[in-house]
Amino acid sequence: MSKQPPGAPPPPPVQRIRLRYTKRGRLRFTSHRDIARVFERALRRAQVPMAFSAGFSPHPKISWVGAAATGVASEAEYVEIALAVVCDPEQVRQALDASLPAGIDLVEAVVAEPGTSLPDRVQASSWLIGLPQVPLQDLEQAVVKFLAATVIEVERMTKNGRRVFDTRSAVVSMRATQGDDCAILRVVVQHVTPAVRPDDVLTGLRSVSDLATPVPPAATRLAQGPLTPEGEVADPLAPDRVAAGHPGATAGATRQVSEVAGVQPPG
Amino acid sequence: MPVESLFPRLEKLLPQISKPIQYVGGELNSQVKDWDEAEVRWCLMYPDAYEVGLPNQGVMILYEVLNEQPGVLAERTYSVWPDLAKLMRENGVPAFSIDAHRPVKAFDVLGISFSTELGYTNMLEALDLAGIPLHAKDRTEDDPIVLAGGHAAFNPEPIAAFIDAAVLGDGEQAVLEMTEILKQAKRDGADRAETLLRLAKTGGVYVPRFYDVEYLEDGRIGRVVPNHPDVPWRVSKRTVMDLDEWPYPKQPLVPLAETVHERMSVEIFRGCTRGCRFCQAGMITRPVRERSITGIGEMVKAGLEATGYEEVGLLSLSSADHSEIGEIAKGLADRYEGTQTSLSLPSTRVDAFNIDLAQELSRNGRRSGLTFAPEGGSERLRKVINKMVTKEDLVATVTAAYGAGWRQVKLYFMVGLPTETDEDVLEIADMAREVIRAGRQATGTRDVKCTVSIGGFVPKPHTPFQWVGQADPDTIDRRLKLLRDAIRDDKSTAKSIGYRYHDGKPGQVEGLLSRGDRRVGAVLEEVWRQGGIFDGWSEHFSYERWMTAAQAVGVDVDRYTTRERDELEVLPWDHLDSGLDKDWLWSDWQEALAEQDLDDCRWIPCFDCGVCPQMGTEIQVGPTGKTLLPLSIV
Repeated sequence: MSKQPPGAPPPPPVQRIRLRYTKRGRLRFTSHRDIARVFERALRRAQVPMAFSAGFSPHPKISWVGAAATGVASEAEYVEIALAVVCDPEQVRQALDASLPAGIDLVEAVVAEPGTSLPDRVQASSWLIGLPQVPLQDLEQAVVKFLAATVIEVERMTKNGRRVFDTRSAVVSMRATQGDDCAILRVVVQHVTPAVRPDDVLTGLRSVSDLATPVPPAATRLAQGPLTPEGEVADPLAPDRVAAGHPGATAGATRQVSEVAGVQPPG
Repeated sequence: MPVESLFPRLEKLLPQISKPIQYVGGELNSQVKDWDEAEVRWCLMYPDAYEVGLPNQGVMILYEVLNEQPGVLAERTYSVWPDLAKLMRENGVPAFSIDAHRPVKAFDVLGISFSTELGYTNMLEALDLAGIPLHAKDRTEDDPIVLAGGHAAFNPEPIAAFIDAAVLGDGEQAVLEMTEILKQAKRDGADRAETLLRLAKTGGVYVPRFYDVEYLEDGRIGRVVPNHPDVPWRVSKRTVMDLDEWPYPKQPLVPLAETVHERMSVEIFRGCTRGCRFCQAGMITRPVRERSITGIGEMVKAGLEATGYEEVGLLSLSSADHSEIGEIAKGLADRYEGTQTSLSLPSTRVDAFNIDLAQELSRNGRRSGLTFAPEGGSERLRKVINKMVTKEDLVATVTAAYGAGWRQVKLYFMVGLPTETDEDVLEIADMAREVIRAGRQATGTRDVKCTVSIGGFVPKPHTPFQWVGQADPDTIDRRLKLLRDAIRDDKSTAKSIGYRYHDGKPGQVEGLLSRGDRRVGAVLEEVWRQGGIFDGWSEHFSYERWMTAAQAVGVDVDRYTTRERDELEVLPWDHLDSGLDKDWLWSDWQEALAEQDLDDCRWIPCFDCGVCPQMGTEIQVGPTGKTLLPLSIV
């Protein structure tokens, strides 16, 4: 009995497409494993000609970039798929989007610039955190204290057990604003190990101030990508667009804020 | 009265619990119908966690059958885990449907499907969370009719105090007929008692309140008598004929959350007449009704398009027994060649199985494991249970599987079968060793493995073993240990044989509930009051809690489990008609004791089990002679 199944191996990938998708509304309660399964089935229903791995258990070639935690919404999640047939990325986007549940919406698709790595481009995230029933003043005071500190340690269970880590150094910028029905925290956080998540930032805020959050805060990732010298999060698909000859299409990055379900953009 | 969604209140709790996605709804192919436009509203419950309940075919079928009807609405609910239940109670959020998050209490019917009796405590938990009185007698016009279905409904006596009604058998037509009665009752302004009476009068819905149980001085049942002139003495099970007319689910639900079965399932036939004497499913679902090869092909095609699943499960009680299984497997494998779509046959008998079939099944996709179920360790015991597989056949089949590339097979047996001795159980170890030795020889490698998996036998109503004394947990545990030692003792094969089993205690509780009468209901309620839920999960099940509760309410567990009944004893379910003739069941029990096997009535003349004449049904099997054409020219 050979270690490989009989017959020819599956055809190699001829094209890689990078996609930006959202986790909106109720779908924010999906885990990254849920998303992966939903995606695989949607690809089959949409009849996207996926490239498969070889072996007895062939799997479609899908590469995930990070993933917002269960319960966290996002306007900017990324995935790369490998195809066995060259396709128009916009057609793939439309077919797949129609096949995905509302809330997991495919908002962009570009052909990957060969030889580049999408995960390498993702250095920081921009977050919007709604804090219902929190007075703006309290949040502003907590932000001042947070930014004044040099180290703010928090403790959390990670997959390597209980860990204590610093949240302050990962935060690039932080500000409080008033939303329609709740105070809003805008924060840019660098991707470090262990990851500093929005709830870690809130834990840090609570530890340096007497901030209370009576209702569970709702976090939304607005963007993730390269960190610019000005401390902004840039579009990680821009180099692919340039390589594909469509450098102008960055509308998604400015449109996204107003689409965040249930949370108004800061004034 | 407008019924509002509970979701905004639930949403605040979701960030605080594990796996919140299971409570969100919105699965692919789920639907939310307008509440006010519906005249009859069903809430369908599978009383276990979402991950177990969602793939349940029964609930999925009825959900679709009901929602296809204009003016009828069906939503689903599953058991909530303790983390959410606690928050719901603290925040006053009642039990909800996951489709539109409507309060369970607002529906007309709460239909609960019981595959196993171990779901009973979860029903009590769900009623309590819903704000529905636990006892049927305390319910008012504001409460739904609580209806039990599924295999456990063939003896609903232990839950008689908590349910308003039970339906035995196939649900497709039953729910539609009940819906018509409920619709008319609502139009007529009938009250709860009148509505239940109309259901009971049909003879196809069991309403416990219309039947009184009389007991003898020694505690046995004297008789079960209707207490209303218009209800029949016996209630009959329902049987759907011509499965091709019922191609459900057409649009299977695809969950966002992870569940126990991630595949598109097609029921290729219903019923089984192999006559395994331990098997309640095979007894109560007679006769055999096959879905045609072309009907199966259409369901697979439509289902795969609607779901995107990469595995197709061909379900039945013994899937290799379909008269055209070879053509079905080959036809489907041809159709889906090169699409990474795999086929699986979850239940296969050793004698009907062959390796060509297995090769077809694994041709297009992932090669799943093979499971064979000889059930009894010795040939003598297999005659007692009427599972006629010889050791030679089994070893030859498994060896062929190893030769064809499989490296791992699972062998399933039961311990605690009637007349069983230690020697019968020890023969399981012999069989496993022989399988390994033959496999090594056939493959020329030591890289072959088998797993021996053991379940404890629980006697069930409506089977030839309904009279037997169940083996006590100590006997089961002792034999499990003997077998483990025997497998370990032979060092030449020990490392190639896995051994999986559960101790005998949960089986004892299942036995109490399976063959219990109305008096067992008090135990159930006490267990729930002491915190018992999710009894099918070992981390939640507590044998001690059950035994303490039984003692507290004065129920002698052994009476219901280890005690052997005699021929003339009135059994708690005698007034519920599965079609099986009680005299035939008794004679089959006597033949079991005489170690006489019985063939399948598909291939020999009728042996008068009673079902077909009693129920007005007949065996429906092929072959049709048709084949599956390639999809491109279909």
